[in-house]
Amino acid sequence: MSHFDLIVVGAGIIGAACADAATAAGLRVAIVEPGPIGGGSTAAAMGHLVAMDDDPVELALSRYSLQLWEAFADLAEAEFSRCGTLWVARNPQEIGAIDTRIARLAAAGIEARAVDADELYRLEPLLAPGMAGGLRVPGDAVVYPPRVALHLVKRACAHGATLHHGRRVLTLGDGAVTLDDGSRLVGPVLVATGCALPQLLPELPMRSRKGHLVITDRYPGLLHHQVLELGYADSAHGDADSSVAFNVQPRPTGQILIGSSREFGDGDSAVSPPMVQRMLQRAFTFMPGLRDLQALRTWTGFRPTPIDGRPYLGAVPGYRDVWAAAGHEGLGVTTALGSARLLIDLLRGDTPAIDPAPFAPSRVTT
Amino acid sequence: MTERYDVLVVGAGPAGLAAAQAAASHGRRVGVIDAQARPGGQVWRHDIAKPPTRAAQAAIAAIDHVELLAGHTVIASEGHTLRTESAHGAHDLEYSALILATGARELLLPFPGWTLPGVTGAGGLQALVKQGWPITGKRVIVAGSGPLLLAAADSLRTHGAQLLGIHEQAPARTMAAFTAQLWRWPERAMQALGLRARLASVPYRFGSHVRAAFGRETLEAVEIVGPHGVQRVACDHLAVGYGLVPDTGLARLLGCALQDGAVHPGVRVDSFGRTSVTHVFAAGEACGIGGLAVARIEGAIAGHAAAGDDASATALLRRRTRARRFSGLLARSFALVPHLHALATPQTTVCRCEDVPLGALDDFSDTRAARLASRCGMGACQGRICGSALAELGRFMPAGSGRPPLFPARLDSLAASAGDLSVTADC
Ligand SMILES: Cc1cc2nc3c(=O)[nH]c(=O)nc-3n(C[C@H](O)[C@H](O)[C@H](O)COP(=O)(O)OP(=O)(O)OC[C@H]3O[C@@H](n4cnc5c(N)ncnc54)[C@H](O)[C@@H]3O)c2cc1C
Ligand SMILES: Cc1cc2nc3c(=O)[nH]c(=O)nc-3n(C[C@H](O)[C@H](O)[C@H](O)COP(=O)(O)OP(=O)(O)OC[C@H]3O[C@@H](n4cnc5c(N)ncnc54)[C@H](O)[C@@H]3O)c2cc1C
Repeated sequence: MSHFDLIVVGAGIIGAACADAATAAGLRVAIVEPGPIGGGSTAAAMGHLVAMDDDPVELALSRYSLQLWEAFADLAEAEFSRCGTLWVARNPQEIGAIDTRIARLAAAGIEARAVDADELYRLEPLLAPGMAGGLRVPGDAVVYPPRVALHLVKRACAHGATLHHGRRVLTLGDGAVTLDDGSRLVGPVLVATGCALPQLLPELPMRSRKGHLVITDRYPGLLHHQVLELGYADSAHGDADSSVAFNVQPRPTGQILIGSSREFGDGDSAVSPPMVQRMLQRAFTFMPGLRDLQALRTWTGFRPTPIDGRPYLGAVPGYRDVWAAAGHEGLGVTTALGSARLLIDLLRGDTPAIDPAPFAPSRVTT
Repeated sequence: MTERYDVLVVGAGPAGLAAAQAAASHGRRVGVIDAQARPGGQVWRHDIAKPPTRAAQAAIAAIDHVELLAGHTVIASEGHTLRTESAHGAHDLEYSALILATGARELLLPFPGWTLPGVTGAGGLQALVKQGWPITGKRVIVAGSGPLLLAAADSLRTHGAQLLGIHEQAPARTMAAFTAQLWRWPERAMQALGLRARLASVPYRFGSHVRAAFGRETLEAVEIVGPHGVQRVACDHLAVGYGLVPDTGLARLLGCALQDGAVHPGVRVDSFGRTSVTHVFAAGEACGIGGLAVARIEGAIAGHAAAGDDASATALLRRRTRARRFSGLLARSFALVPHLHALATPQTTVCRCEDVPLGALDDFSDTRAARLASRCGMGACQGRICGSALAELGRFMPAGSGRPPLFPARLDSLAASAGDLSVTADC
């Protein structure tokens, strides 16, 4: 039996960030991960570090987290590229929403600027004719999530964390876990298992929201920003059973990553050709020139989605020394570092930099 | 519009042509898809300098009641429908029964200098010169393993290359044993004798392999290790291939089980060529390397079985068993000697698409973890080259996602919905 100050269950981007933050705070940490580090939702993600302003609570967490990401801007493993985000408006109604968004972002301390149609086409000549304008957020960036997760785990291990790789947590009790090899680890437990959260904590509801992505061959210089439709949030945070939105990203390699789709389903990870068709058709209405690019690969992933769309960060009611950090939906890469700090502050009895109340797991159990 | 076929065959090599002929002989509507512009597959690939062999002509003539979809690459599948891409766009083809005759690919192994321009696969260079790539007067070394080296050398010679030598890694002892067995397959023995006679002036060395390739911009010289020591030879081209591996990409996309326990598994089939997926058959090199004769017979068996004529298929089973025995002899005779696995250094590029050196994979025991961290195998060749190489080195199982697109394809081809598609045969 081994004793730790914190047992982190799951080494996706969230668990990895928590383990890293905990060791930085001087805690003795154990990490348990059955698969590749960052091999879950984290491996599927686009890696867009984006300030989404439609929920002020999420925006506060994102803003906090984005500041922490700055420390990774020069890290080779992160493949950090500050391409910024360009939100595209198709019509005057969408243009009308831009000022509100700028104001909300500004209130959170994030720089954003309206661009007229002329500038829009100068910034991204590939856009279809007839767009009305857009919103540019220059500080947003792109990273390669699984390598960041691996880096964070390695750094945690360099600071004394023990990695139980290839092991899975089978059961969970007050301040202890049992692994699939029968061994028992004792200490406060942090469950960061993403979509699998209900397996260990059934009282915290979680749905898996499937997403498809397509990546192309290399076309350096073709695209400059991560470009999304302004209506993206309607797809992202709407409740439709399935939706698609225009969302394209220039990878540092010159490849173009194309999203995005959202659907609640049966957990089947197979690529669905009709969904890929829908998603690409949507992309072509904004960028017809994409049609001729060569697609190399497609894949799917699952976003861990709580009922209210906000992650669970905090103590789990009904247990002693069991904590949760999961449910980051489509923003878990962006918000990983802030979530980790917030959680470690709570664990140590310190006051977090942002209000933790909206994320408390108790909101769904009481 | 979706075209419907009773039997659809993927691959117009010897196996696919035989399958199509057999299926069509039962009055079925049959289509044959091939990515290449002309039928014939690898062995009967069109050569601008030579008329096709009589066997090739006959096999191609025998499918005149079959719709040939040449220049169509299968890129995706859904239900009983394959999506292909051609110069004219995307097409959907529906089938009642499907026969996979997708053949084999060359096994390339990484060694220092293997990514220099001028270094190609042996079959790869053969295919290029057959299409007219200029080779006249160029100094060429052929190396690696297997009967393909002789076939490739023969094509290179026909097109005017100056062949400096053929270097077979298998030791002389093993090769002598192989030759002694060959009389049991008279067709193969004749083929081998013919090749050797035509290549009589070219040194054919056993127990000999290329250790490294050198050159500033392009290939200038290679270092060859043989029974008598190390030799440095100046040359313009190195054509090096370590034998063939079954092409199972489409089979995996369709969810067909592969053979257990093999380093380069073929598609798992029963004696009629039935795969683990109902209505899907496989034949030829895709099921394990065996050469032309195996491909022809297995193609015919699968064609009859797919058309529902089990009796005709059964009648061919004895010939198949005999032909397949040759596969075993090939595998034993040309098994790679262990030191070939140690040619690549940690600095040697293993994935050329994503520029990944072999050493970058050292920290990982798990294929997926290594791929995620290094992106090895995630580039334009989709892991076809490095996946087989790494499997051979005992590092990982072959890559390949089993997800569409099977080959790089236009986004437009993936995006088209079935209703918008048209099919044009013979285009
Ligand atoms: C298609 C797609 C695109 C996305 N794009 C973006 C984007 O651009 N920007 C962004 O910010 N976010 C994006 N996301 C969201 C982001 O990927 C997720 O929010 C984030 O990766 C969640 O991380 P996680 O660590 O909670 O989960 P995971 O990465 O799934 O990690 C959970 C880990 O727990 C392990 N585990 C499970 N059960 C156990 C057990 N019993 N014991 C031990 N370990 C266990 C798993 O093996 C896994 O490694 C995207 C998601 C998808 C699907
Ligand atoms: C590069 C190379 C060169 C060779 N040269 C010789 C030689 O000179 N002499 C010799 O005896 N043997 C040669 N071989 C061995 C050869 O594999 C066999 O002799 C024989 O051709 C096998 O027949 P097959 O029908 O099984 O496959 P193949 O002849 O390989 O035919 C398979 C066909 O399937 C097509 N195909 C595969 N996937 C798809 C897809 N997704 N969509 C559309 N089409 C697809 C390919 O384009 C190919 O034409 C060579 C093999 C290779 C790999």
